[in-house]
Amino acid sequence: MSMNRREFLQVMAVAAAGGMTLHSEFAMAEKGAAKLYDLPKFGNVSLLHITDCHAQLNPIYFREPSVNLGFGDQFGKVPHLVGEHLLKHFGFKPNSLEAHAYTYLNFEKAAETYGKVGGFAHLATLVKRMKANRPGALLLDGGDTWQGSGTALWSNAQDMVDACKALGVNVMTLHWESTYGEERVKEIEEKDFAGVVDIVAQNVKTADFGDPVFKPYVMKNMNGVPVAIIGQAFPYTPIANPRWQTPNWSFGIQEENMQKTVDEARAKGAQVVVVLSHNGMDVDLKMASRVKGIDAILGGHTHDGMPAPVVVKNAGGQTLVTNAGSNGKYLGVLDFDVRNGKIAGYRYKLLPVFANLLPADRDMQALIDKARAPYLAKLNEKLAVTEGTLYRRGNFNGTFDQVIVDALIKEKDAEIAFSPGFRWGTSLLPGQPILMEHVLDQTAITYPWTTVTSMSGEMIKTILEDVCDNLFNPDPYYQQGGDMVRVGGLQYTCNPTAKAGSRIQNMMLRGQLIDPAKNYRVAGWAPVAEESKNAGEPIWELVARYLRDVKTLKPVELNMPKLVGANNNPGIAL
Amino acid sequence: MNNQRRSVLKTGSGAALLSMLAAAGLIKPGMALAEWNKAAFDAKSMADTLKALGISQPADSKDVQITGPDIAENGAVVPVGVTSAIPGTTMMAILIDKNPNALAASFTLPEGTEANVQTRVKMGQTSNVYALVKAGDKYYTATKEIKVTLGGCGG
Repeated sequence: MSMNRREFLQVMAVAAAGGMTLHSEFAMAEKGAAKLYDLPKFGNVSLLHITDCHAQLNPIYFREPSVNLGFGDQFGKVPHLVGEHLLKHFGFKPNSLEAHAYTYLNFEKAAETYGKVGGFAHLATLVKRMKANRPGALLLDGGDTWQGSGTALWSNAQDMVDACKALGVNVMTLHWESTYGEERVKEIEEKDFAGVVDIVAQNVKTADFGDPVFKPYVMKNMNGVPVAIIGQAFPYTPIANPRWQTPNWSFGIQEENMQKTVDEARAKGAQVVVVLSHNGMDVDLKMASRVKGIDAILGGHTHDGMPAPVVVKNAGGQTLVTNAGSNGKYLGVLDFDVRNGKIAGYRYKLLPVFANLLPADRDMQALIDKARAPYLAKLNEKLAVTEGTLYRRGNFNGTFDQVIVDALIKEKDAEIAFSPGFRWGTSLLPGQPILMEHVLDQTAITYPWTTVTSMSGEMIKTILEDVCDNLFNPDPYYQQGGDMVRVGGLQYTCNPTAKAGSRIQNMMLRGQLIDPAKNYRVAGWAPVAEESKNAGEPIWELVARYLRDVKTLKPVELNMPKLVGANNNPGIAL
Repeated sequence: MNNQRRSVLKTGSGAALLSMLAAAGLIKPGMALAEWNKAAFDAKSMADTLKALGISQPADSKDVQITGPDIAENGAVVPVGVTSAIPGTTMMAILIDKNPNALAASFTLPEGTEANVQTRVKMGQTSNVYALVKAGDKYYTATKEIKVTLGGCGG
């Protein structure tokens, strides 16, 4: 039987024994909201930063990870801290608004108390509030903005392009944007964005001669201070996503060219140099230690909602590295005080966007409603009701991915199923209906086809090892910033600290060791090879069919690998 | 973007381009053939390649730089470059440890040439890639790991 939300609230209220009710907590939050969003003006250069909203125009729930492991140099360091470890590091109190904003702790109860997060109408109100006492402030968008919802996919990114213009985005860089194809990205740059939004990316060049595809950087004058914004697109776009969508573009980290670009901007008079990056936080931290002359890297990609910047020392001085989370949940505010051409001080705050604490901006809401109107019937189809929390984010299987791999195994009559280790995808609370929109939140991509492959045991091991190295290679420059491929049917042991090729052990299927020479029926989706175009029905159709049959989704059992070497790691809570 | 270069390449066939470059004196016919060392290109392993080239113990040098992607976008065409700041550099080669034949390219540099080459190599799997440089009668190396992955599953 499934609980509805009111019943759930009642259960939670009983469980929260000892005084404070949920309502009084929210009342306190409401009173605190004025303080939360009252950020006094500081300095004369202000940068507002959003990243990785994944096309979530309306408020949603989003559970932060309970598994975000770091090893070697990254062990126990930001961003590889979860739950209590994160609270302790940043000095937040348990059960506080901040504890809910930045960690998974107490997720269900706190989400009921504080309500949904993000939404462009609420974000617009916050942006206006910040701009009100920050004349000349720029709004920077770190990318992964045009992908992640049904409406973005069906409108060919147009809903997000229009919303970003209305929000007042000044400069952006790219990742998933490129999966709409080279032509569409250039069309938006040259038509919709002309004279309004600059797309910057120093590391995207033509594959043949290495000519720049976008402006490497833009120079903006803010209150008399020249500020350079350099773009760093996701370096591994044609590897993590289909090469055929950007056949003529080459990416990569391009560290030397980054240094050249910084030097050029400085030579042209930039007093503040900021990199708008889609590298992922570990890559940004390494880059900050090696490239000189960057004042701040405003980062995304790895979806780490980090309340304070990491200060990285390097040969040129120091560089601030931030990461502003995902799904429209936060707005980063970086203020610099620039005096006599030099930065004299800074303030940084990552503001959580609580929809109930920020009234919706009327114009933005009207724009969103208009964009969604043609698709509402499809989006609102109720497929099932969930009894457990559904989420994706985490290094290994999340509950929503578990549903996807379970659906793949059943619908494709497969023994094993793989689902990509994406970090986007919203969360659902126990008792919530699962609408078609929610399935699309997990699956809406331009290469959604499902596949069934007869795969040898050896190949299965190769795939797991390959993805595992993208996640746990000790050198961040060799990491791609996604999570481990989600696995259904197959159990395995994972030792992230082992060498590449030896991390995956004891692969078992139905109690039997996987035979390297034997073939298995493996289902999957999101193939990157051009040959797999239109391989099978889009994944959302398959998952929707499965959910319609299930009707009431019991809490799913997570197929987690047995982890070796992760004991006492502050990046995991078990 | 420089569209001129692109149209020159599109209109001219590969052979025509080569003869143009030859006419311009950029490439001397037979230049590559003159130094072709079949045994070295046929060698399977790094050790055999060095042996075929008659090299015993090349030294790592900070004056030799190898550039390439950290992760290849396409294993079939991986851009790799080598530069040498060692005076009197006469030969530069690219070796890929895990390739079926380790020696991928060898360049002979006429006197006065800037020791800077760029090419595309094919890689089947993640491997250390070596730059091998000859200056005088000594050999120097630099190494970079280039990862070749299956792709997908990111972000």
